[in-house]
Amino acid sequence: MYAQMVKTGVDKLQSLDEMSARERAFQERIDADKRIEPKDWMPDSYRKTLIRQISQHAHSEIVGMLPEGNWITRAPTLKRKAILMAKVQDEGGHGLYLYSAAETLGITRDQMFEALHSGRAKYSSIFNYPALTWADIGTIGWLVDGAAIMNQVPLQRCSYGPYARAMVRVCKEESFHQRQGYDSLLALSRGTDEQKRMAQDALNRWWWPSLMMFGPPDGESVHSAQSMRWKIKLFSNDELRQRFIDLSVPQAEVLGLKIPDKDLKWNDERGHYDFGEIDWSELYEVVKGNGPCNRERLSERIRAWNEGSWVRDAALAHAEKNIHRASANN
Amino acid sequence: MHEWPLWEVFIRSQHGLAHRHVGSLHAADAEMAVRNARDVYTRRSEGVSIWVVRSSDIIASRPDEKDALFEPSDDKVYRHPTFYKLPDEVDNM
Ligand SMILES: [Fe+2]
Ligand SMILES: [Fe+2]
Repeated sequence: MYAQMVKTGVDKLQSLDEMSARERAFQERIDADKRIEPKDWMPDSYRKTLIRQISQHAHSEIVGMLPEGNWITRAPTLKRKAILMAKVQDEGGHGLYLYSAAETLGITRDQMFEALHSGRAKYSSIFNYPALTWADIGTIGWLVDGAAIMNQVPLQRCSYGPYARAMVRVCKEESFHQRQGYDSLLALSRGTDEQKRMAQDALNRWWWPSLMMFGPPDGESVHSAQSMRWKIKLFSNDELRQRFIDLSVPQAEVLGLKIPDKDLKWNDERGHYDFGEIDWSELYEVVKGNGPCNRERLSERIRAWNEGSWVRDAALAHAEKNIHRASANN
Repeated sequence: MHEWPLWEVFIRSQHGLAHRHVGSLHAADAEMAVRNARDVYTRRSEGVSIWVVRSSDIIASRPDEKDALFEPSDDKVYRHPTFYKLPDEVDNM
């Protein structure tokens, strides 16, 4: 997902009896579906896990702007260009909503940027793949934003108020992202043979990395169990992945594209599609920093941040000068 | 240099409701805060008026005062119209 494999800092789930009175009251509030708000007492591990999860989510939004932003000047028509600009601008907004939510937990924006730039904080593995052709942009909207929606819709009900509210805003905008991507692929898939080939090639490259976005099976992971107990994760990785596949297969059929999985087959008994094995070693390599674009994305991000530094400083100096001027005139 | 200060953003929609808190953002000064709020929070006709206020200027009630502040209103059911049982003929009052 946009936040993958988030650690919780706990090594074992506590039962209600093992908790302190405060911890128990906190857990009972969550069990009763009450929201936790910034000034409420919360266990340190809850706070730290949320900072990790929300900042990782935020980083994904803004790093995700890089591969798409690259294509703005090369969009095939003015209409597609305007749409792509609007989409990329939305993603910047998503980053901002999420950074703001994380800031309510007592971390500053600069600290989060520093963690991203130093490589300590992660962003979604998916943004370490290259967007090679115009068809990739449509495919990203359809599959990557589509996968994000699977995860973000339930997070609107998560236990932390500011995160849940940020998700409400994000989800309102996300449907446009997926539909414009699909619409763009629809145009290609009804176009020339070359355009169809381009669309198929993009699907071939993005399908498996999109499935990896949901993260490895949760299995016995104590972190997943703890996050679910805290209601900052609402469904298992496998459940969301299955839901995504079930929705995507008929969508690919309408496009006349073939999903690159020879084991993909409807299973009547399960009421779901069966699918082939995912190469998890690839995900672990990408998360470790060895994906096709890790270095490029991070250095691009750092360059943008450093080159903007004089603007940030000048704006602040100007604002401070105005305050002094105003007080001198009084 | 240090971060730009944090601002809270309030938007009034065109439906005549009061300004509503929609989120926050960083900006060097008030003018920039209004401009950024327009870009971030009104891209789809969400509003016709923007207020911004520095987050540090907001004074909030404390969570540990919650009971003292709000509980007294819980047992005053007579403040609600449904408390009064009126004859059927006039119950649409
Ligand atoms: Fe987004
Ligand atoms: Fe999106």
